[in-house]
Amino acid sequence: MTTEPVIKADGLDLTFQTNDGPVHALKGVDLEINKGEFVSFIGPSGCGKTTFLRVIAALEHPTGGTITVNGMSPDEARRNRAYGYVFQAAGLYPWRSIARNIKLPLEIMGYPRAEMEKRVEEVLRLVDLEGFGKKFPWQLSGGMQQRASIARALAFDADLLLMDEPFGALDEIVRDHLNEQLLALWARTEKTIGFVTHSIPEAVYLSTKIVVMSPRPGRITDVIDSTLPRERPLEIRDTPEFLAIAHRVREGLRAGHAYDE
Amino acid sequence: MKSVLPILTVVVAIVLIWYAAAIPMNAQWARDQAARADTTLTTSELIADTLSQDRPRLPAPHQVVVELWNSTGDMVLAGRGLSNRSLILHAWYTLSATLLGFAIGTAAGILLAVGIVYNRAMDMAVMPWAIASQTIPILAIAPMIIVVLNSVGVQGLVPKAIISAYLSFFPVVVGMVKGLRSPNASQLDLLQTYNASRNNSFWKLRLPSSMPYFFTALKIGIAAALVGAIVGELPTGAVRGLGARMLSGSYYGQTIQIWSALFAAALLAAALVGIVGLIERLMLRRMGMEQ
Amino acid sequence: MTLVILSLAFWLAAYLFNNWLAKSRWSGSRAVRLAVPAIFGVTVIVVWEGLVRGLNVPMVILPAPSAIATRFAASLDLLWIDFVQTVVKGALTGYLIGTGAAFVTAVLIDRSLFLKRGLLPVGNFIAALPIVGTAPILVMWFGFDWQSKAAVVVAMVFFPMLVNTVQGLADTGKMQRDLMATWSASYWQTLFKLRLPAAMPAVFNGLKIATTLALIGAIVAEFFGSPIKGMGFRISTAVGTLGLDMVWAEITVAALAGSAFYGAVAMVERAVTFWHPSQRN
Repeated sequence: MTTEPVIKADGLDLTFQTNDGPVHALKGVDLEINKGEFVSFIGPSGCGKTTFLRVIAALEHPTGGTITVNGMSPDEARRNRAYGYVFQAAGLYPWRSIARNIKLPLEIMGYPRAEMEKRVEEVLRLVDLEGFGKKFPWQLSGGMQQRASIARALAFDADLLLMDEPFGALDEIVRDHLNEQLLALWARTEKTIGFVTHSIPEAVYLSTKIVVMSPRPGRITDVIDSTLPRERPLEIRDTPEFLAIAHRVREGLRAGHAYDE
Repeated sequence: MKSVLPILTVVVAIVLIWYAAAIPMNAQWARDQAARADTTLTTSELIADTLSQDRPRLPAPHQVVVELWNSTGDMVLAGRGLSNRSLILHAWYTLSATLLGFAIGTAAGILLAVGIVYNRAMDMAVMPWAIASQTIPILAIAPMIIVVLNSVGVQGLVPKAIISAYLSFFPVVVGMVKGLRSPNASQLDLLQTYNASRNNSFWKLRLPSSMPYFFTALKIGIAAALVGAIVGELPTGAVRGLGARMLSGSYYGQTIQIWSALFAAALLAAALVGIVGLIERLMLRRMGMEQ
Repeated sequence: MTLVILSLAFWLAAYLFNNWLAKSRWSGSRAVRLAVPAIFGVTVIVVWEGLVRGLNVPMVILPAPSAIATRFAASLDLLWIDFVQTVVKGALTGYLIGTGAAFVTAVLIDRSLFLKRGLLPVGNFIAALPIVGTAPILVMWFGFDWQSKAAVVVAMVFFPMLVNTVQGLADTGKMQRDLMATWSASYWQTLFKLRLPAAMPAVFNGLKIATTLALIGAIVAEFFGSPIKGMGFRISTAVGTLGLDMVWAEITVAALAGSAFYGAVAMVERAVTFWHPSQRN
């Protein structure tokens, strides 16, 4: 079996036509993401990191260049249930219990009933929410809601998990905790993860590969392969190795900015 | 602006459906007449007849428009703008009762709302009833008010105005209470830190922030006041007002008259709500609260 | 005269007692929250009774509550017949047809942005018009019996319901629609699993507004002609003969029916939209 990349973007362009003229959300983006990688996209707002994730998810369509997901077009990949998507807000339906929220994509995809029950149990365990299936979203804390939304994205067999600032609205302490859990989950499930963030420590702590982006036009300015081991306790953030990577990311972000001014 | 075309399309569609409906609805009568006269009608004659009957089951749009013009603009041109057959006169009777009642109802509603917001006992005692009263078909008491007031010698404008006042009163109370309570805790706390008096907090915070709610309530209230005035004209077999035109039209089978009174009422309602909306926009713009 | 003074004294006492209750430390409790408006209601009735008797107000102007209650108890069968005619046959039938048709229409036009742009403003406009005025026309078309009343009710409830439902169907976040898209959900799946549940608070708002409109429509339409039964018919004939106790008895029925109707819809609403912030407390 060849190790074909999960995501392959070639000279990707995306221009939005607005009333103030065209906006180049993405320009000339080349990137390969391999199976099992944890890739973070970092950059100031308007740099196209979210747009790139949405292009992978076929929520936006590029105006130039090519992109494949598992060797298919994003639209085909979506129909093949290639990815689960996690937004910044949990987006759970308040009228459904946690278990039924997780079942929602399974219902839409037509899974058999017994299979649904089994999977719900499974993913609830994965995100440490056992016993909360009967609760309603508004009865849980923000962190728990976000874990439930991750469970929902894991419930069907997508190898690719796309996360758009999933912990952006949570406080620092909850965020640390969820970051640890996410790494553990990634290790157990061997999924490929695309992760948008604007926090440098979060990006460095989580990723095997960090993609630094800058705005106007949205483009990649640096791709950093992490030298950190896959096993990462929270304390790793105090090591010189971690700080060195963080420094390089910061430099990359600053360079992108200088170009702009 | 981009909704002009869709709206026009819908309006044109409604007019077309109306014409299309008028033909079959009036066809029976046309055929009966023809049968009586021992003639048969061609299709085009039939259609022409259905759209020009004197007492059609469903008058065609142009008949209503013509009747509206004949009983308004045309009479003004003929110098009989305020004669007994003029819709302007009848609309004025209804409008004056509506406006008087609306003014009374709104003033009373604001007063009660202020009382409710500043007096806890009043709030707890009256508010549930004010809310419950909105679920009750208050309009049912209209005939009684008219007749009772009539029997004690009060006639004409005032009884109708009372019904209008009554109908516009409760929406204003409920909306105004909501509005006066709309400032959030931090806004009220801020005034507390300035050591502001109750008076200050009313005039500088509560009243201004209640304005959007107030105008929403006013729009509901004035529409309700108009309905009240119209219904108030029914029971005594009143001879004046849009409601009376509808009633006499229904007695004598003058369908075109009913429809033109109905349209006059609709135009009046639209104008009243429109005027309130305009004042709302001007006022909120001056206050910098325009959405 | 003593009755007048007594009733005024009762008023004062009840007012002071309510004031004290509202400021007492139990003021937040459920019992007090129910007691205060109840005391207010009782006070109104007591003062009404006292003033009518004390001042000898003639029956043709304002009957005493006791007289109304007597008449109510004595004409239960008549009131029941009127209730069935007006509320069950006229209002309820029209309510079900009107709100049902509006709901289906809303779902259908929701697929077309063009229709929504055109129909929403027109619908909003019509919802503000005095639709009751169509009563004479509809009575002419559908006859004197309850069918014409139901037709008036349909005309009255249709547009408020339509406007509310269309707004409700639009009441989903972009993120939630994107989420549905990432699962390749079909139009119908999105409709049934996301947009209809999300629309329920607005739908019930429309349904609640329509309850009151339905009763008003059914009663007022009877002023334009009806068989010799029905609440509107009874009110207009009793007013004609100055039988005001009967009018008040019918108004009591109308008030009870209106509150019960509204309450029933509100209860279903609570069961269906238990998740909405306004229902959670």
